[in-house]
Amino acid sequence: MPELGKYAVAVLSSYGVTLALLAGLVGLTFWRAGRVKAALREIEARQGKGSDG
Amino acid sequence: MLALLTRDLRLAVRAGGGFGLGLGFFLILCVLVPLGVGPEGGRLASIAPGILWVGAMLACLLSLDRIFALDWEDGSLDLLATAPLPLEGAVAMKALAHWIVTGLPLVIAAPVLGVLLHLPVAAQPWLVVSLLLGTPALSVIGAFGAALTVGLRRGGLLLSLLVLPLYVPTLIFGAEIVRRGAEGMALATPLLLLTGVSLGSVALLPLAAAAALRINLR
Amino acid sequence: MSLWEYANPRKFMETSALVLPWLWALALVCLLGGLAWGFFFTPDDYKQGSTVKIIYIHVPAAMMAINAWVMMLIASLIWLVRRHHVSALAARAAAPVGMTFTLIALATGAFWGQPMWGTWWEWDPRLTSFLILFLFYLGYVALWEAIDNPDTAADLTGVLCLVGSVFAVLSRYAVNFWNQGLHQGASLSLDKRENVSDVYWFPLLICIAGFVLLFVALVLQRTRTEIRLRRIKALEARERLA
Repeated sequence: MPELGKYAVAVLSSYGVTLALLAGLVGLTFWRAGRVKAALREIEARQGKGSDG
Repeated sequence: MLALLTRDLRLAVRAGGGFGLGLGFFLILCVLVPLGVGPEGGRLASIAPGILWVGAMLACLLSLDRIFALDWEDGSLDLLATAPLPLEGAVAMKALAHWIVTGLPLVIAAPVLGVLLHLPVAAQPWLVVSLLLGTPALSVIGAFGAALTVGLRRGGLLLSLLVLPLYVPTLIFGAEIVRRGAEGMALATPLLLLTGVSLGSVALLPLAAAAALRINLR
Repeated sequence: MSLWEYANPRKFMETSALVLPWLWALALVCLLGGLAWGFFFTPDDYKQGSTVKIIYIHVPAAMMAINAWVMMLIASLIWLVRRHHVSALAARAAAPVGMTFTLIALATGAFWGQPMWGTWWEWDPRLTSFLILFLFYLGYVALWEAIDNPDTAADLTGVLCLVGSVFAVLSRYAVNFWNQGLHQGASLSLDKRENVSDVYWFPLLICIAGFVLLFVALVLQRTRTEIRLRRIKALEARERLA
């Protein structure tokens, strides 16, 4: 851990907020991707067609 | 085109509230601000240009969704779109009608409200000039926003979300003119810039608004 | 072989499926590597102390916030001119990403401004225009969400993006005119003398590469989701007919 001095709060909270926001965005993206993919697979199976991506 | 203009004006007058509502809102805002900020003349004078311009903007915003909504509901917008008159022209006329009904009364009433807010006398003519130059831009930009949201059931809130960011340049230059006028500084630059924004919007945005209407009518 | 082949959704899905894992990995490596290098192994600035480490987030996020809008503008233009659905969906996919980057730039700016300028927020031209950019993103996303018919939504948001771009640039100049600011000029330029010093420059470059890669990966991933959603809609419509 580097010595951050008196500005530790500012630096750490910047990194914290950024990582939280990015993680949220990436997480949301993958969660939605997974759900949509599953829904598509289900409906394609129901219609008796092979999955194409 | 003139027929369309007079029809819209007549509708606005007969339907009631066309002329009055925006103006009434503007008046109430200019009464509420001193109540909230406190009655000191100096403080009011320093924020008066901003209040008057923001007030004019919001008053304009109130009646925007009416530009196309009624014609959309009763189908006359479809007739307008298929009429020999280009849709761009119809949009321009509707924006002009909106300006005459809301913008022009604001311009005329502004000096009185400026007195209420202790706006320096030197700034009064510039307030009128800046509003006269700027409110047409507000109406045309608003017509574009109204054209985007015309098909939506709950378009009103979305309309303000879309239109207000587009109002930023007009607001900045307009309020700057009044502020500089109040302090007796040179104001040719913001005056020219505001005129530029206005003329550019009036020239180009009817095209975009007509395009949006055509998409919505498809 | 032309670029337009990727406008075919099937081709796009195939290629993006091949590229995406690599993109994610590369983005992760660059981002974590650059941030770790910047955070752990660069010296403090003699004036700004350790707050200089915020630059590794702040500058790339701000750059990509603007570039994301430019990418949306180009994608919207392609959609409006050539009617490639993938293009419209890519613009839709990019908007929330650009919005998040704008938010990151604003938040880190506030954390940086507090110790350096003594204030969380200043109505400085750069800060103000970023806030306005955020409002533009908000309106754009809201319009996409509000319209049911996908083609109408794509068309209207495309028109909004074009007009919005003009007004965003106008606002930038208007805001400049309105207030002279505290914010320093560009951190990166071709003129070497104006740049930040080398110690900070290399990790910063890697972080920028990381943010660019992350943006591309996110947009591709989200576009794939949008394409699948379209397909679901089409299949559901067919089911109703049958």
